[in-house]
Amino acid sequence: MAVQKERWGTRVGLVLAMAGNAVGLGNFLRFPAQASLNGGGAFIIPYLISFVVMGIPLLYIEWAIGRHGGKYGHHSTPGMFDVLGKSRLLKYIGVFGLFVNLTIAAYYCYIESWTLSYVFHSITGTFSEILPTDFFPKYLGLHEDSIFAIPPEAVFWFVLTLGINVWILSRGLAKGIEIAAKIGMPLLIIFGIVLAIKGLTLDSGDPGVIESPLSGLNFVWQPNFSGLTNPTTWLAAAGQIFFTLSVGMGSIHCYAAYVKEKQDIALNASSAGWMNEFVEVILGGTILIPIATAYLGLQAVQAATLGGSGFGLGFLTLPTLFNNWGWFAPVAGAMWFGLLFFAGITSSLAMGQPILAFFHDEYKLSRERSAIYFGLATLFLGFICVWLYPGGAFDEFDFWTGTFSLVVFALLETIVFAFVFGIDKGWEEITRGADIIVPKIFKFFIKYITPLFIAIIFIGALIKPDTDWITAFSNLFNGNGWPFAADSVIGVVFHVGTEKYIWFDNGEPTRELVKDGTRLLLLLTFITFAYLVHNVWAKKKAKKNGDVI
Amino acid sequence: MSSSALIMMLCSWAIIIFFTLKFFIKVLKNPEKEE
Repeated sequence: MAVQKERWGTRVGLVLAMAGNAVGLGNFLRFPAQASLNGGGAFIIPYLISFVVMGIPLLYIEWAIGRHGGKYGHHSTPGMFDVLGKSRLLKYIGVFGLFVNLTIAAYYCYIESWTLSYVFHSITGTFSEILPTDFFPKYLGLHEDSIFAIPPEAVFWFVLTLGINVWILSRGLAKGIEIAAKIGMPLLIIFGIVLAIKGLTLDSGDPGVIESPLSGLNFVWQPNFSGLTNPTTWLAAAGQIFFTLSVGMGSIHCYAAYVKEKQDIALNASSAGWMNEFVEVILGGTILIPIATAYLGLQAVQAATLGGSGFGLGFLTLPTLFNNWGWFAPVAGAMWFGLLFFAGITSSLAMGQPILAFFHDEYKLSRERSAIYFGLATLFLGFICVWLYPGGAFDEFDFWTGTFSLVVFALLETIVFAFVFGIDKGWEEITRGADIIVPKIFKFFIKYITPLFIAIIFIGALIKPDTDWITAFSNLFNGNGWPFAADSVIGVVFHVGTEKYIWFDNGEPTRELVKDGTRLLLLLTFITFAYLVHNVWAKKKAKKNGDVI
Repeated sequence: MSSSALIMMLCSWAIIIFFTLKFFIKVLKNPEKEE
């Protein structure tokens, strides 16, 4: 059994790092839009139910797999899955935990770099001179009809953001990631509370205010209980829980692998999970929509969140609205984008660590060298996202890695944990050293309910209709077929909604070529990781046989 | 803000704040023991 050398410095540091891993941009931009779109206050009912029967069990599973793997000296998922059972194929399930982290880091660090750049531009007063709606396309280098973009400023901020990530990662767990979490998480919460109080206390007499911010809060929380009978609401709630917790990635496993064998994971997992909910529901639901409603009116906000995301409001609208706050405008801008930056970087660090751990454990590379390799690989894949952003490469990354692969990996790991490793051994792993009494009902949830929930999310993503689910089923039973949505997995695979599926148009490459090329690149990335895993285990086997001989 | 929205919001906040504090305080009170 290998001896672990690297550890977390403090327990609080570990919990904050785990919470920081879960807290991301979606907590502030996606949750309020999803809630208001799917039943308002009633959304919280399926949301919290999903958290208890799927979210918390998944956290327990991932912490348990991680700590169990760490016992054998594995801090990345291929090794962790290899020791869960006898099959040689298990380690290849763990490849998802490398592939997903690297490929998400590639485009996530790009978004993270926007927030850092927006902090700078907020402080220097850029948004008092130019509208963010004009600034943003120029910043990304978007030109009409072009599928390519080489935006010098965006590239600069991307490289800088990546450099910060690599530097922190190279400092190690206790001196790097843990310090970043201990600084970032409290600041994020303080910034969030300041902005929420400022937003909710806006008065009709304040310059530019046209409606009470409480109307926005009402929009998020007004319960529509009839929505509870609609499967769309349940799917949206389960999906939000799934994506907010950063499960199905391999990053939780990795952080948990540095926990000692007999130390608690149940309380740590519960604490980090609930802290994410605090940031998402209480802060996330109280900043963006109330402030936007105060200045734009409820109708405009409703229209802006119809797609289920508050991204446009957060990046394109809020910087302008802050201008109404006089001397506080640059501070508010820096706080809002600073908050998003801290949310982003604590997540991207968690994506980098499993890659470092893989190279460090399996190839015996130094931490610094592993960090540089992670940086270079992320830079290469991220550059594809930057360069081909207008062609749709960014969206392809987000769909296949940030959505599809997470669900597949989570489904596979739950099945492996409950049925291959065995639920009894798994339960013993979860409860060993626990500082809380874990209710036994979670054993039942993990074996039956959690995989069922994830399977439903998976099938929901696979065959998502372009209408409401109830309408889609009635269409089907009436013999009118199934209307696949363009963003369902089947819809994406078969380019549903694409007018002309061609790779070149008058000799010019099309968006379809970019999409297919990106998919091929992602597939090759997965195969490369699978080959590396195969290679490492083949060498281990040869060494073992050599030792015996 | 309607009373039903207010009730939903406050109940949700109460549940989340309760569990967040309950677990985090327990973490703070139990720093990891060296073996």
